[in-house]
Amino acid sequence: MTDEPLLRVAALSKFYGSRVGCENISFDLWPGEVLAVVGESGSGKTTLLNCLSTRLLPSSGTASYRMRDGQWRELYRMSEAERRFLMRTDWGFVHQNPADGLRMTVSAGANVGERLMAVGDRQYGKIRATAVDWLSRVEIDEDRIDDAPRAFSGGMRQRLQIARNLVTGPRLVFMDEPTGGLDVSVQARLLDLLRGLVTDLGLAAIVVTHDLAVARLLSQRMMVMKDGRVVESGLTDRVLDDPRAPYTQLLVSSILQV
Amino acid sequence: MTARETEIATYNFAYLDEQTKRMIRRAILKGIAIPGYQVPFASREMPMPYGWGTGGVQVTASIIGPDDVLKVIDQGADDTTNAVSIRAFFKKVANVAVTTETAKATIIQTRHRIPEHPLNTGQVLVFQVPIPEPLRFLEPRETETRKMHALEEYGLMHVKLYEDIARHGRIATTYAYPVKIEGRYVMDPSPTPKFDNPKMHRSPALQLFGAGREKRIYAVPPFTEVVSLDFEDHPFEVQTFDQPCALCAAENVHLDEVILDDHGGHMFVCSDTDHCEKRRADGHRGSLAPETHLALEKTEPAQ
Amino acid sequence: MYVAVKGGEAAIANAHRLLADRRRGDRSVPALRLDQIVEQLALGVDRVMSEGSLYDRELAARGVAQARGDMIEAIFLVRAYRTTLPRFGYTSPVDTGAMQVERRVSATYKDLPGGQVLGPTFDYTHRLLDPELAAGADVDAPAQRPIEAEAMPRVSSILAHEGLIEADGDMPLDHIPGDITREPLEFPMARDIRLQALSRGDEGFLLALGYSTQRGYARNHPFVSEIRIGEVELELDVPELPFAVPLGSIRVTECQMVNQFKGSAKAPPQFTRGYGLVFGQSERKAMAMALCDRALRATELGEDVIAAAQDEEFVISHSDNVQATGFVEHLKLPHYVDFQAELDLVRRMRAEYEAREIEDKAEDKREAAE
Repeated sequence: MTDEPLLRVAALSKFYGSRVGCENISFDLWPGEVLAVVGESGSGKTTLLNCLSTRLLPSSGTASYRMRDGQWRELYRMSEAERRFLMRTDWGFVHQNPADGLRMTVSAGANVGERLMAVGDRQYGKIRATAVDWLSRVEIDEDRIDDAPRAFSGGMRQRLQIARNLVTGPRLVFMDEPTGGLDVSVQARLLDLLRGLVTDLGLAAIVVTHDLAVARLLSQRMMVMKDGRVVESGLTDRVLDDPRAPYTQLLVSSILQV
Repeated sequence: MTARETEIATYNFAYLDEQTKRMIRRAILKGIAIPGYQVPFASREMPMPYGWGTGGVQVTASIIGPDDVLKVIDQGADDTTNAVSIRAFFKKVANVAVTTETAKATIIQTRHRIPEHPLNTGQVLVFQVPIPEPLRFLEPRETETRKMHALEEYGLMHVKLYEDIARHGRIATTYAYPVKIEGRYVMDPSPTPKFDNPKMHRSPALQLFGAGREKRIYAVPPFTEVVSLDFEDHPFEVQTFDQPCALCAAENVHLDEVILDDHGGHMFVCSDTDHCEKRRADGHRGSLAPETHLALEKTEPAQ
Repeated sequence: MYVAVKGGEAAIANAHRLLADRRRGDRSVPALRLDQIVEQLALGVDRVMSEGSLYDRELAARGVAQARGDMIEAIFLVRAYRTTLPRFGYTSPVDTGAMQVERRVSATYKDLPGGQVLGPTFDYTHRLLDPELAAGADVDAPAQRPIEAEAMPRVSSILAHEGLIEADGDMPLDHIPGDITREPLEFPMARDIRLQALSRGDEGFLLALGYSTQRGYARNHPFVSEIRIGEVELELDVPELPFAVPLGSIRVTECQMVNQFKGSAKAPPQFTRGYGLVFGQSERKAMAMALCDRALRATELGEDVIAAAQDEEFVISHSDNVQATGFVEHLKLPHYVDFQAELDLVRRMRAEYEAREIEDKAEDKREAAE
């Protein structure tokens, strides 16, 4: 790991009128690090994720990102064009529902190839070869390359969405409940795959989940949120094995009892 | 009653009032200044239906002067009913000279073709455009497509071409083939066959595009770069025809198929009727050309 | 030998001549006069004025006659004529509260100041085809009542006193009302622009969309607060004069819907409004417009956009029947250049496909032989 973080978040807050979305969130994310944000629904974790990925503008606070050229840029001061460019090159966003992140009416190959074409790749053969390669990395058969995602199972769609996001070699990926809505056996396989990819590619990731098992498997560090605030954060193993905040204790014990 | 009748009967020159013409000219000038950019304009209701060339007619009405010579083609032909109808409209409301000869026209309004005869400096080609947005069938939302143009996000355009090749082994877009103007805006050349795309590139003529129903005007100024989108390993190519025109023996022109009987007999003839007639008048004869040819009056002066 | 089909010009002239003949029909039947259409097909004339965006009964009647009763064609004729008229200026906003009311009903109050006035309505007629109408029987003069001094305040103003309904159409003070006939449409739209577009929108289209909101596609719990039909005064501000110049009066139909609203992140619980206003007498159109207006305010009020009627681009882009009919009908124009290109492509792909088939079969045979 380098000696500089990739993302710096300081005192980030988002209010909906008088209601708190998330409040006073600060943390650093390092290259190659996976941070899990856990909490129940309504805890503000998705609001935080949407603010960080600039899909939502915060009410106050800052988030800075170290670009590929080493320059620090403040996310909310970037133009929309720069943010969208970042979004489709150096970042990825994995939605809980694959239909939100895929083009459901075009083939799997085109779904993977779109980002390449967006950044100016004009060799059909090369785009297709890269798509084939990425489909195999997410365990989708090469002969499905010309099928539209409509014909795919939920697990396959999610893997396709991951391939579509990773094809440009992003350094930071946002994931919103990436295994939500999948069968347990499918979840396990997807988690394995994700863990492998994140390690192989040295990806930094922010994973929002309500599932402590997902946090345990994927992340090195975690933040526990309640009512829009962070109640506890630390190394994942430490937080799960030795929760300090009463709310975390409740969360951990209620999961383990099941 | 009678007073009102005379009011209705006497229109301003070229139908539109001068305020409207100025508004449209401003849109045209903006379009010329930003080649390929779709300029919104307050399209007016015209006395022909939307989808029948109201955009082109408004552009022509705004640029035409008493000394202009107008040619109108539809599908390349001067004698198709809609071309006849639009030509008659301008004869009536602007009393301008009309012609079928490409070289003699100062303004050519067209639907679906670019004439075969090369255009010259000073000529204006006015296209009728049904759907000006090349991204429309990939992204139905206007708010989103405008953003995509603004941010030059054209990856989706190639997704379409990629899908064509993956599915058909080739780019299966045959008309309304998207082009990039001067390295910036992706533009719909209107539903002309892709055969005509190369004619747009660095054309000495001014090319104006009017979409009445969709309320957009755009332009390609003279000598502007017009590049058809493609892949390096699947380059853009135009249609080729296996045989020459059956009437004038022209090669490398766009041909229409004409059905001769009900058991499969057919022949291919120039879609550009003026080009075909010129060649025949010059003595070119195709395999099915009639023996004699009546020379038609090509230009009608203003009355 | 082939002779190209010529003579488009003569064909068009002949078609127009035939059309004129068919329009006139049997010469032994008296020709319709415009005043007959104005007087006896008044609601049709109203629709043409409303969707043609031009208030002139005689021109609208001429459109109806020229279009052989085809309403959209008549609207089209009026719109095309309207294009040629210069814009002199804009009248001051009409005050529908001061309307000379001929009909006024409210579904939200049993009785109210000014009362319920049924006016000339089909509502309680039994829809039985009337043989007397065919026989041309005389019609009684209408019953009349003395003009009442009592004012007829708008029902929404009554509700507003309680503070339970949102304020009526707040626009910033510096807002200049748009004009969809003079400026290009841009999405998203301000409500004034949207209302203009709805007011000239196709009655059938808006009716279907309004209906869809009632059937659950973006339900908005509407009540007819008030429908009023009557004459309103038009006035024009002339910069040189210290007073507004009266221009005369026009007949309009106004519909105010109040809609139950439980509140959202953006607005407190209260009644909200949907508004419809059209030229002439057309309750159906005014009501459908009000339903659509309310549905289209979803984003403004912080509601989820889940149905077609709430989708501004969808509704406004497709509500204009002159645009719609033109583009649908343009499909009958020649498209043979494009079709030729497609034909050529399909032929080539088909040839390749068949060549592949033959090759595959040959290969199967070889394999079978081996």
